Amino acid sequence: MKFERHKRLLIGLAITAAVLVIRLFCIQVLEGSYKDLSNANAMVHVPVYPTRGLILDRNGNILVGNKMCYDIMVTPAEVREAFDTAAFCSIFGVSREFMRDKFKEYRMYRKKIGYRSLVLIKQVEPETYMKFAEMAMKFPGFKGQARTIRQYPYNAGGNLLGYVSEVDQAYIDKNPGEYRPGDYAGKTGIEAAREKELRGIKGDRIYLRNNKNQIETRYMDGEMDIEAVPGKDVVTTIDAELQNYGQRLMKNKVGSLVAIEPETGEILTLVSSPGIDVDMLADIGKYYEQISRNPYKPMFNRAVQASYPPGSVFKLVNGLIGLQEGVLTPATMYGCSMGYHFGKNKLGCHAHKSPINLEESIMMSCNAYYCYVLKSIIENRKYESIEEGFNKWNEYVHSFGFGEKLGSDFPSELGGNIPTAEFYNRRYGRGHWKANTVISLSIGQGEIGCTPLHLANLCATIANRGYYRIPHIVKDSEGIEIDPKYHEKHYTMVDTTNFQKIIGGMWRAVNSAPGTGGTAWVAAVPGLDICGKTGTAQVPRGRDNSVFICFAPKDDPKIAVAAYVEHGGFGATYAAPIASLLVEKYLNGEIEEGARKDLEQRMLTSALINANITK
Amino acid sequence: MIRGDNRGRGFVKTVDWALIAVYLLLVLIGWMNIYSASYSPETVWYDFAGRSGKQLVWIAGAIGLGALILFVIPPRLYETIAGPVYVVMLVLLVAVIFLGTEHKGSNSWFSFGPVSFQPAELSKISTSMMLAAFMGRYGYRMNSTRDLLVTLGILALPMLAILMENETGSMLVYIGFVFMLYREGLSGWIIALGALIVVVFIVTLTKSPFSAILLAMTAITLCNEIRCGRLKRWFAVYFPILILLIAYAVVWYKVCDVRPDCLFSQFKPIYILIPFLVALCLAYLIMGFRNISNFRLLSIGALVACVIMSFSVEFIFANVLQEHQRKRIEVLLGMTEDPSGVGYNVRQSMIAIGSGGFFGKGYLNGTQTTYGFVPEQSTDFIFCTIGEEWGFFGATLVILLYVFLIWRILRAAENSREGFTRIYGYCVACCFFMHLVINIGMTIGLMPVIGIPLPFLSYGGSSLWSFTIMLFIFIALVRNERRFF
Repeated sequence: MKFERHKRLLIGLAITAAVLVIRLFCIQVLEGSYKDLSNANAMVHVPVYPTRGLILDRNGNILVGNKMCYDIMVTPAEVREAFDTAAFCSIFGVSREFMRDKFKEYRMYRKKIGYRSLVLIKQVEPETYMKFAEMAMKFPGFKGQARTIRQYPYNAGGNLLGYVSEVDQAYIDKNPGEYRPGDYAGKTGIEAAREKELRGIKGDRIYLRNNKNQIETRYMDGEMDIEAVPGKDVVTTIDAELQNYGQRLMKNKVGSLVAIEPETGEILTLVSSPGIDVDMLADIGKYYEQISRNPYKPMFNRAVQASYPPGSVFKLVNGLIGLQEGVLTPATMYGCSMGYHFGKNKLGCHAHKSPINLEESIMMSCNAYYCYVLKSIIENRKYESIEEGFNKWNEYVHSFGFGEKLGSDFPSELGGNIPTAEFYNRRYGRGHWKANTVISLSIGQGEIGCTPLHLANLCATIANRGYYRIPHIVKDSEGIEIDPKYHEKHYTMVDTTNFQKIIGGMWRAVNSAPGTGGTAWVAAVPGLDICGKTGTAQVPRGRDNSVFICFAPKDDPKIAVAAYVEHGGFGATYAAPIASLLVEKYLNGEIEEGARKDLEQRMLTSALINANITK
Repeated sequence: MIRGDNRGRGFVKTVDWALIAVYLLLVLIGWMNIYSASYSPETVWYDFAGRSGKQLVWIAGAIGLGALILFVIPPRLYETIAGPVYVVMLVLLVAVIFLGTEHKGSNSWFSFGPVSFQPAELSKISTSMMLAAFMGRYGYRMNSTRDLLVTLGILALPMLAILMENETGSMLVYIGFVFMLYREGLSGWIIALGALIVVVFIVTLTKSPFSAILLAMTAITLCNEIRCGRLKRWFAVYFPILILLIAYAVVWYKVCDVRPDCLFSQFKPIYILIPFLVALCLAYLIMGFRNISNFRLLSIGALVACVIMSFSVEFIFANVLQEHQRKRIEVLLGMTEDPSGVGYNVRQSMIAIGSGGFFGKGYLNGTQTTYGFVPEQSTDFIFCTIGEEWGFFGATLVILLYVFLIWRILRAAENSREGFTRIYGYCVACCFFMHLVINIGMTIGLMPVIGIPLPFLSYGGSSLWSFTIMLFIFIALVRNERRFF
């Protein structure tokens, strides 16, 4: 290995050149990350936001639309020291202090901000923006960025629709890869449940920028750009007019009002009162504090999230089970002497004639009658034990959808509670309880909990004579197909023939002449054949809850309603008038002049809570 | 006498056309990339306000200069005027410190209105000529201490002046002359020692003085035994000791990790190393005197130099080097990340080159260089434009062109019968080589950021002209010889 010196130098030259070339090969050919880094350097991805899908009501009216607004952006690095702050403030109606604080902040983080643009003022009305645009020359470094925000033509269904707001980090982490800071997403209600369809697909425009972050040109003349795909429209089952009317009826009352089209299970109206006005939804950030401070929790959707005792309305279920079990016939007569007496105890009832048959028991809402019915169901000889009988009862009740989530398209639906024999075994010990121990279940009190939606569903089931379709709020429409389960019929364990037997009672409860014992004569509307059942649910504190379910017309039901007014007193005091007005509005389009109109006026204006708190 | 030179073989046969062709090709590539680096759709290529337009003027001037050197100036003149030119350049180099204008932190530019030039660029030529003239004399001997000292003095004076101008980058180029000295008979061990000290410096910085000194011991003992042809002895005696020392260090670190305050932790590996070092030096001293081996004695010197180097690294790093130099070295060695400061240049440069891929993004399509992400993209970082737009293919081609250029110069120098031509040729080759390695090495993260231009490619009249003069003097010298032989 003896080389002359000049040859050694040549070898050294070759080796050095080889080192350079190998290094080049490594970073240019083998290592791929530099390409991404270079793209990150030079490419600016500008998202193109698709217009969010509309939310329509069942008749094609727009419940939630879109409207243009502008975010005022500022590039602090380009703002001239002495721009006309006074003029700027007067256009946007912001204070000088606001501007001073903002710019103090920008100066503090100027290294971090660099040449980036930041949002200075959010959601400026187009008119305001136009004023700014005329004078934009005077404000270098400021510009408006068009955005669409939600607009609500009807004040209908604030709770149902939900709101849209900017995603936070927790939300981004929960949906990896789908959102970036600055994106908007539906947070509650339909906006959240149908987020995937509504949001559409974001587009992407690629620009090339220089080292000062100034845009130079479109990347590949826009060939690699992705067009935004607008969101799909969601058609709801809601009737906007009816929903609005229901909200007005429920105003200043705490409770729920649910209307279902029995045949389809489509929810026509779902009011939770107090609720959120739609003008708050558009700018939820501003009102969030106020809403969350409200003691009546307007964000809480009582119609599907509150568990109440159903009260006397539940007698219908017990009656149906009794008929199916054969322990009760339409002709069964029970006597009532101001209540049901067992041992030293008594479950009270109001004054009415005695004895009465099944139809009359419904019409007059006799408590004692249903104590006998429940007792005969549970203590039926055909079952080995009281537990078996009780669990059979439980099974029946479940078949009506009680005690479990109905499976509606509300994300936070509550299941309610129907007790089991095991529950009482645990509480009283096996063999230490009997029908009389749990007798309050007969009249829908005690350990029963259900949501207003359950009650509306019960009403729809009776209207359908034995089956229900799961209540839902989104309809099939172009582009959106709802879960097929919403089209399935769910039959109860009670034969359809048995339903006819109690509907008569319901009809008489409403359509009997005042004074004959009908509990809901206040709900009667001539020609509509409303069938209903009142309920007066006792609660641990305060006035009883006013409950009413009804459907109409009797022979071809188009609407089934459940009204639940907290601390409203008798079922006939608030719930029955409100429900009947809703039915009348839906079927007749207007309220009959005279007594009905007066009733409407009374319902619209009466207040059970301090109006100042809710507004 | 001038007329008399026109005898002999013809022009076409004697000029090294290949060199001129490579030169022109490099200048053209340089211009194209300067145009791309400073490209904007509004300016045209011949606009003299833009860099590409100005570079056209410089190129025209450079070709004129080349022709002047080739056709007009008698090549024999250089050897005669080497001395005076060297002195004048030295004066200019010193004068610029006081009279020059400050430019990016260095006082190395003379400004005459719009035109400015850097004596440091030209002094490479004068130093090369002076070295060639002195070393090419009859009777010059490398092992003569006096001759060697004068040679080193010729080199050291301009280096010192340039260092005082704060042009460390240009100064480093002069280190390349050591390869010329090697060709002329300087011991290769000197270069090896220099390399070893650089390695010791880096290892001390990145690892520890212990590992650096251990490495120096390994290298020096290995060299000694290889030189005596006793590799087996090295494996028998030194290798186990070194392994033991490494093992001790490993154990020590493990123990200190678990129990940092025990007595054992006081016995740092570096203390254990000292007796071995002393023993080694004593052994070499005895062997050196017994066998009258200068190499042994020199080895002791090298070892001591390495130890001193290792222990003074901290000091040099903190006090001798300037802030920006320290940063650049730290960034290169990956000791600190500085993505917005010094690290930015290297990072952006590597992103630009790395994103080029195999065939590049295409001429004028580079995003990194066109949109100004790479700093100094038409001067010191011109290679980024090539790397990004022409890819691995183009970058390699450029490197090969340089290799060809240097190889061609070395071959012509080696074949020359005159000492002056040979030594001057080696000097030219060394200069190009250093510029090539430092500049390209810097852009691809192999070298610290040292602001020196890439010959013929970088924008700028000063560097283009001086490299042109340098090259064409050599071509003229070679041609002059060929006419008669």
